Amino acid sequence: MLSVPDILAVFSPLLMAAVVGLGNRHVGDKAAQVLTCAGMVVALLASVFLFYDVAVLGHVRTMVLAPWVITEGMQVNWALRFDTLTVVMLLVVNGVSTMVHFYSCGYMSHDKSIPRFMAYLSLFTFFMLMLVTADNLLQLFFGWEGVGLASYLLINFWYHKESANDASMKAFLVNRVGDFGFLLGIFACFQLFGSIQFADIFAGAAQLADARFDFLGMELPALTTTCLLLFIGAMGKSAQLGLHTWLPDAMEGPTPVSALIHAATMVTAGVFMVARLSPMFEFAPFALQVVTIVGALTAIVAATIGMTQFDIKRVIAYSTMSQLGYMFFALGVSAYSAGIFHLMTHAFFKALLFLGAGSVIHALDGQQDMRYMGGIWRKIPATYVMMWVGSLALAGVGIPGLFGMAGFYSKDIILEAAFAHHTWFGTMAFWLGIVCAYLTALYSWRLLIMTFHGTPRMDHHTLEHAHESPWSMLGPLLPLAAGALLAGYVGYEFFVGHWRAEFWGEAIKVIDGQDAIENAHHVPTWVKWLPLVAALSGIATAYLFYERKPEWPAKVAKGAGVVYTLFFNKYYFDQIYAAVFVRPAQFLGRFFWHTGDGKLIDAFGPDGVAGAVVRVAKKIGPLQTGYVYHYAFVMVLGVALLLTWFSVRG
Amino acid sequence: MTDIPILSLVTYFPLLGVALIFLFVNGVEEKTAGPARLIALVTCIINAIISLYLFQVFDPANPGFQLVEKHVWMEKWGIAYHKGVDGISVWFVLISALLAPICVLSAYSGITKRTKEFMIALLVLQTMMIGMFTALDLVLLYLFFEGVLIPMFLMIGIWGGQGRIYAAFKFFLYTFAGSVLLLLGLMVLAIHGGTTDMTVLMKNPDIPFDLARWLWLAFFAAFAVKTPMWPFHTWLPFAHVEAPTAGSVILAGVLLKMGGYGLMRFQMQLLPEASHYFSEFVLVLSVIAIIYTSLVALAQTDLKKLIAYSSVAHMGYVTLGLFAGNQVGVEGAMFVMLSHTVVSSALFLCVGVVYDRLHTRDIARYGALANNMPRYAIVFMVFTLASVGLPGTSGFVGEFLSMMGAFLRGSVWGALAGLGVILGAAYMLLLYRRMFYGESRHADAQAMPDLSLREYIIFIPLVVLVLWLGLAPGPVREMMAPTLKSFVENYQTYVSTEATGAEARGGVE
Repeated sequence: MLSVPDILAVFSPLLMAAVVGLGNRHVGDKAAQVLTCAGMVVALLASVFLFYDVAVLGHVRTMVLAPWVITEGMQVNWALRFDTLTVVMLLVVNGVSTMVHFYSCGYMSHDKSIPRFMAYLSLFTFFMLMLVTADNLLQLFFGWEGVGLASYLLINFWYHKESANDASMKAFLVNRVGDFGFLLGIFACFQLFGSIQFADIFAGAAQLADARFDFLGMELPALTTTCLLLFIGAMGKSAQLGLHTWLPDAMEGPTPVSALIHAATMVTAGVFMVARLSPMFEFAPFALQVVTIVGALTAIVAATIGMTQFDIKRVIAYSTMSQLGYMFFALGVSAYSAGIFHLMTHAFFKALLFLGAGSVIHALDGQQDMRYMGGIWRKIPATYVMMWVGSLALAGVGIPGLFGMAGFYSKDIILEAAFAHHTWFGTMAFWLGIVCAYLTALYSWRLLIMTFHGTPRMDHHTLEHAHESPWSMLGPLLPLAAGALLAGYVGYEFFVGHWRAEFWGEAIKVIDGQDAIENAHHVPTWVKWLPLVAALSGIATAYLFYERKPEWPAKVAKGAGVVYTLFFNKYYFDQIYAAVFVRPAQFLGRFFWHTGDGKLIDAFGPDGVAGAVVRVAKKIGPLQTGYVYHYAFVMVLGVALLLTWFSVRG
Repeated sequence: MTDIPILSLVTYFPLLGVALIFLFVNGVEEKTAGPARLIALVTCIINAIISLYLFQVFDPANPGFQLVEKHVWMEKWGIAYHKGVDGISVWFVLISALLAPICVLSAYSGITKRTKEFMIALLVLQTMMIGMFTALDLVLLYLFFEGVLIPMFLMIGIWGGQGRIYAAFKFFLYTFAGSVLLLLGLMVLAIHGGTTDMTVLMKNPDIPFDLARWLWLAFFAAFAVKTPMWPFHTWLPFAHVEAPTAGSVILAGVLLKMGGYGLMRFQMQLLPEASHYFSEFVLVLSVIAIIYTSLVALAQTDLKKLIAYSSVAHMGYVTLGLFAGNQVGVEGAMFVMLSHTVVSSALFLCVGVVYDRLHTRDIARYGALANNMPRYAIVFMVFTLASVGLPGTSGFVGEFLSMMGAFLRGSVWGALAGLGVILGAAYMLLLYRRMFYGESRHADAQAMPDLSLREYIIFIPLVVLVLWLGLAPGPVREMMAPTLKSFVENYQTYVSTEATGAEARGGVE
């Protein structure tokens, strides 16, 4: 059964991407903008309808479009699966993407490749939609790789920049490391369940909870191993500790790209994947433990790095990574719906912050270094207000029991759930999360103060020309700001409150007795207040350090010595990876080529013989004149004649 | 069924073109080039249509040999002129016939001397290849198998680049060494079995295990060189580098598949027991091929060498899937071969585009081509992604299935082969970056015009194939699944204990 909104929600961005991308120069800038934006609006309207139809009316459905990969014992289809988890993601993806499309019309207005940019954005959106509507692991992987491709193309949008080339390749390759785990996870699923359809996997997970299988010669618990392999994929896409190095570099791309792909949607694909597979992860407690620990460590490491950076976009990128850490440890303590809740609110306020940062960069003629900003809030007041709203939402400011910004609800429920999990790793995640809440507020207000307050530190010319962005850029910020204000308040009862059971339906599975969300509602009062206290102290610290005593940060940095150096240099991940993986690979490549192929294989093989033949042949006769060629044609003719003769005789 | 001996028709039809060229095209280069090209092109197009007709009358549900032609040839030794196709070989006939017109078109700008002779070589080569894929008699097959060598040798040796003589001899020596062993093996097999009829031999592989192992090694020498498998691959980069574009396309597109085809027919169908005995050995070589040659590709500075090494890595997935020995893996191997035919041919054609304009294969001489050749950049990107195995392109389906087959055989094989997924992306993206992105450094490279109409005509069908095979591979699979099913069943009859896909699943406790 084909239903029109189902198709439109997913395929209208693809259609526009194809028309604009292939038409490119013939379409023209204006038409490219209009077409892609129109495609997004259609998709957004369709997904609003779908949200109502599926999440509210409960019409969960799967629509099979066509067969894809088929082999012995396996049929994988192109399909659109709509349940609550999917339609939430549809709203987030299409919502943010629509705003980013509109924003890009203004932000990229001076670029010479507007159709290409708009087509890439729409193409990305399509792949993301395929990812969230998959009903099997392979289509999920299709979307997964597709968004990776779009991300690669968009990071490298200004392809003449060497730094963009480097960053885009790094993003693709680090993600491929994750994909390697993902692929093995798919194979393991097929081996375990005989299928990679979600329905079959979910139905079979409970019986296989204690199964073991042979993996790389070791006898391992099957479900845990499979979940961990898939989680490696999630770590790559969602920039979790170890596979995170690509995300800060990805800021080389235009700012709308950072907002859409590297904050609101693509990087949350890993969170979506684990939540989608909750019926499997639930039966692999050790895997969940790993997810919690990785998430918590990512949150703290990213926050400490973010505190020390000066590039405005990189600060927000590390902040994104840190918030993704929150989402993962929520998943790890079985609070899947809390993870998705934070995913949703984060999409609003982080897209808002990025687009706001883009507005700042736009105003300052491309300047991204906060050391050369300051004192411009009067010049760009609207942007300033938007950044405040985003920061308040990110820091999670609010009054318990009354009203709060989006992050206030979603971050608190995560922390409460971690606390209520009553395991050592849950408690660890809780305390690290509290420290992170403090750091989050600290680096957010550091950013606000360094960017907008104090004495202007840019050159005279830039300051004079600093200007507020046009309405085409500020307009799309308004819905996002509204989301940052209200999404938490409105969504709370549905996502994690009273109505969550009806809201989620079958989309998320939690084993009885492991319901961390239920327990989260019964934590002591101090647990509910602590995140807020942490956030407010972070703001106070930032105010003190960057507004009142601007000479203090340098002193503290000096005093902290090694620790500061470690944070500032991002824990040396890049340097270590270059030394351990990149350079050895290059060395091995050359070694195998020259020594392996050249000195070993060829020396024992054909070279000696061939060399001898060539030397002899050169003495015998002039090879390059017609002799060889005449001789060879005689050979060809001979074979042909021989064949004919045999055939005729037969 | 039909009364026309369609397999013989599709095999020998190109020779008609040769005859026409001999008869009607004479004189100096300037006058002969045009007519020779035209005759070759028309011949190849008609032959491609014949092959499509063959495809049409082929019955996919029947796993046995079809459209069989059999004429007694040398009764005393049981040698017959025996042809037929099944769900495996029909594909190779198709790709041989369909690639030919594209090769002729690509030679329009690449070949400027002795065009007439080049076209003759191309047509003869086509006959030899199709003859080999349709032969069901050992002697017949051997004749065609060897016959391929000569025109290819000439193509490299006469129309090649600077080091063509060395490359041609390296190619010749490697493959010839393999062929000698193949001939020996065939003779032993024929004497032992009392017939050269492959269909009979396949049904009754009653060969003592000791002898089978020796035979297996003899055949392996021939086909491992052809495929090529590590460490028998070093002829390929040289051959590709020196060969003209059309030669590279045939080499990568069809000739290498003769190795894969041989491994399927001779090793796995004629000697299943020995194949199983040696399967882990082949799996080890396959994994080494994937990782080793990917790393080597990473270090290349020569455009064609890089793609040649990537071919070796991709053929590693073929042997990996085949010798995993289960249906998933074998289907994957077939898909990798089909996809590789399209993608590597296309990549060599892409190289030809810039080589024809700038006459260098040095990657560093290009750069920032996305500026002045945006359409070419898109086309190249599609094939790069297919080579990388991005889902939705033809490259993915095959690699995914063959790796999954290997994983079901033993997770370690799947895991090691999976490393190729990372390395494959590394060298292809690095190549793409150095070709198309970055600062523009070379004025002459920046002055190159974008794709011409002729080049469009070449690339568009290939792009369509890449996407079609990647998005909807179902119909292709249907055409070969019944044959492959009986192929794998036959193989597994001789495999007693080893895990197949289903058994491995049953092994989970």
